Amino acid sequence: MTRIKELVKEQAEKHGRERTSLMPILQAVVRSEHYLSEEAMIAIAEELDLSTADVFGTASFYTFLDTVHRGKYIIRVCKTITCHMKGKDEIIRTISDILKIKLGETTTDSRFSLLQANCLGWCHKGPVMLINDEVYPEITPEKTSEIINEYLKKK
Amino acid sequence: MSKYKVNLKINNIPISVDEGTTILDAARELNFKIPTLCHHDDLCVAGNCRVCVVEQKGARLLPASCATPVSEGMEIQTNSLKVRQARKHIVELLLSEHNADCTKCFKNGYCELQDMSNDYRIGDHIFLDLVMDKDKELDISSPSIEKDDSKCIRCQRCVRTCANMQYVSALAVTHKGNNMRISTFLDKPMNDVVCTNCGQCINRCPTAALTERNYIDEVFDAIYDPNKFVVVQTAPATRVAIGEEFGMEPGTRATGKMVAALRRLGFDKVLDTDFTADLTIMEEGTELLTRLKEALVDGKEVALPMLTSCSPGWIKFQEHLYPDLLDNLSTCKSPQQMFGPLAKTYYAEKVNKNPADMVVVSIMPCTAKKFEAERPEMRGSGYKDVDYVLTTRELGRMIRQAGIDFDKLEDEKYDSILGESTGAAVIFGATGGVMEAALRTAYELVTGREVPFTNLNIKPIRGMEGVKEASVKIKDVKPEWSFLEGVELNVAIAHGLVNAKILMDKIRAGEANHHFIEIMACPSGCIGGGGQPMPTNMEIRKKRAAGIYEEDEAMVIRKSHENPEVAEIYKSFLHEPLGHRSHDLLHTHYTPRKRH
Repeated sequence: MTRIKELVKEQAEKHGRERTSLMPILQAVVRSEHYLSEEAMIAIAEELDLSTADVFGTASFYTFLDTVHRGKYIIRVCKTITCHMKGKDEIIRTISDILKIKLGETTTDSRFSLLQANCLGWCHKGPVMLINDEVYPEITPEKTSEIINEYLKKK
Repeated sequence: MSKYKVNLKINNIPISVDEGTTILDAARELNFKIPTLCHHDDLCVAGNCRVCVVEQKGARLLPASCATPVSEGMEIQTNSLKVRQARKHIVELLLSEHNADCTKCFKNGYCELQDMSNDYRIGDHIFLDLVMDKDKELDISSPSIEKDDSKCIRCQRCVRTCANMQYVSALAVTHKGNNMRISTFLDKPMNDVVCTNCGQCINRCPTAALTERNYIDEVFDAIYDPNKFVVVQTAPATRVAIGEEFGMEPGTRATGKMVAALRRLGFDKVLDTDFTADLTIMEEGTELLTRLKEALVDGKEVALPMLTSCSPGWIKFQEHLYPDLLDNLSTCKSPQQMFGPLAKTYYAEKVNKNPADMVVVSIMPCTAKKFEAERPEMRGSGYKDVDYVLTTRELGRMIRQAGIDFDKLEDEKYDSILGESTGAAVIFGATGGVMEAALRTAYELVTGREVPFTNLNIKPIRGMEGVKEASVKIKDVKPEWSFLEGVELNVAIAHGLVNAKILMDKIRAGEANHHFIEIMACPSGCIGGGGQPMPTNMEIRKKRAAGIYEEDEAMVIRKSHENPEVAEIYKSFLHEPLGHRSHDLLHTHYTPRKRH
């Protein structure tokens, strides 16, 4: 049994095999793997006796359940009006320059992905970005490069 | 459970209906037709297209009549100015996301969205063109089904069909908002996913987002090729449905006209799949009796219950979902695929033709038959046994293209040989029919007497119940069948794959006590097939079934083993059921496939 299959099985033991167990299992796989691979979705469909199209349908509905390969650190910059007016484009440019990736891309070492997100609810403290579950409000290009450089030092 | 009555007014007319009735159905009772798109009689409520909105007195918003149950004192207007305007805008909005390339479209003239735009005289497009996937290539990976996302209005009839009627869910709603679409797993080609090719989605698609792959031009090319000898076979269920293509009532028996039309289209010989349906009974009946003997006399481990193998959608379903039970599946090819190799061997010899120059065309109520004909194992004759498969709908189109005035045609008869058939063969078209035909023959073979049902009509296994079960007590058998004396033969029938699943789960759990099970992929059997005329609903399918049973009663011979051409082919060519030649030409094997 592959690692992914084991993970899915373990999650199914924990959350049950009802249709309603699908969301927590999808979330758990994303937490561990950063995205839902074809193998993971097939494993989930098998475990819950659902069709793979159903699993894909649910996963593709949610922005935070990616179905394409993502890095260990997923950076999401808020793209909505307030953050836009407060200079989110400059933030994105700064990250792009440091990591050498464009929006939607992942670094070749699979450590970082750069994405935009819809409103993160921090309009009063924009621009804001999210790295995995960590929120970084009121950022400037300078602050952003400091933060990204800190992440680059991490393993 | 007693039903409460609810009183309401629709267009100022008072009506009293059962609690829980939708506004749509209440209006129908008063003969007001509210337009619908996502609603389908065979499917659960969706309420997403909004064209069925009505005005409710005192309500601020317009409720969708298909999804709103009636309530006491309700006052509904189905055609007020507000409703008309809203409905027009809704249709316009749907069109703004639909590739309305009507003149090039296979569904031109048969499209529910087109009809509605026409009824409401939708003229200038007032909304932005937001058609998705206009430049995306059509998915023509499957030999059965074509998927064109640019025509999809996301009503989700296909999704509900695939999930609730067929337990397949090859198609699902994916993504969200303006990116929402109907997609396979990871948007893979239709041929690479768990699709049974049953075509029930096509039957319910209101536009041309899902259609059959059509092979009309290829067939005309063959007909006009002077070097080709083109024979056509027609499935049992086509004869009670083809009339609908020409405005006749569902269930109209148009066998003779269909034969005449096929001849006028230029087919060299018009033959009948019903002949090989009779042959199927001989082979499958013998296979069943052999399995029973092995189990009861020889004490062998035999896979029982035996499952019928006539329905290619069902076969692919089993290969994907129940590969562990493939031994239970009869090894008999379907009647279509028995016809092909016999046409290119036995028949070719009789009419002195080189099989290499022969083209075998099938007219089928089925889209899965197109896939079946492409299976690599279907080359028993040494050639591709069946070259082209056309649906009943495609035949309708060919007849119209050729300018043949169908309803004025005089009845004609099938050519011989491979054209003679019995009432037992024609009932293959309705759910329970294969079982009834098999019982008529097997019972008589074993006891020497006719089945103990009035006028050979085995009524308990007819009808539209999803799963039917029956028992036939076998007694006073002929000496050679003494091991069957007193045996209670338990049979079951399922139609629609969601019902097949019920029986298959029982078998898997070891809870089924049946000896023989008939399964058809499509609701109501082949008469409700994915290649049949549209629209479809239970009322239409019941009428077609009635046509099938009338056709049976009108036949002189009603038992497969009494078909003289069947007797002849065993005498001069096959020698015996399950014999060496049968094994080579009429039997097959199956391929376990992945569930996901």
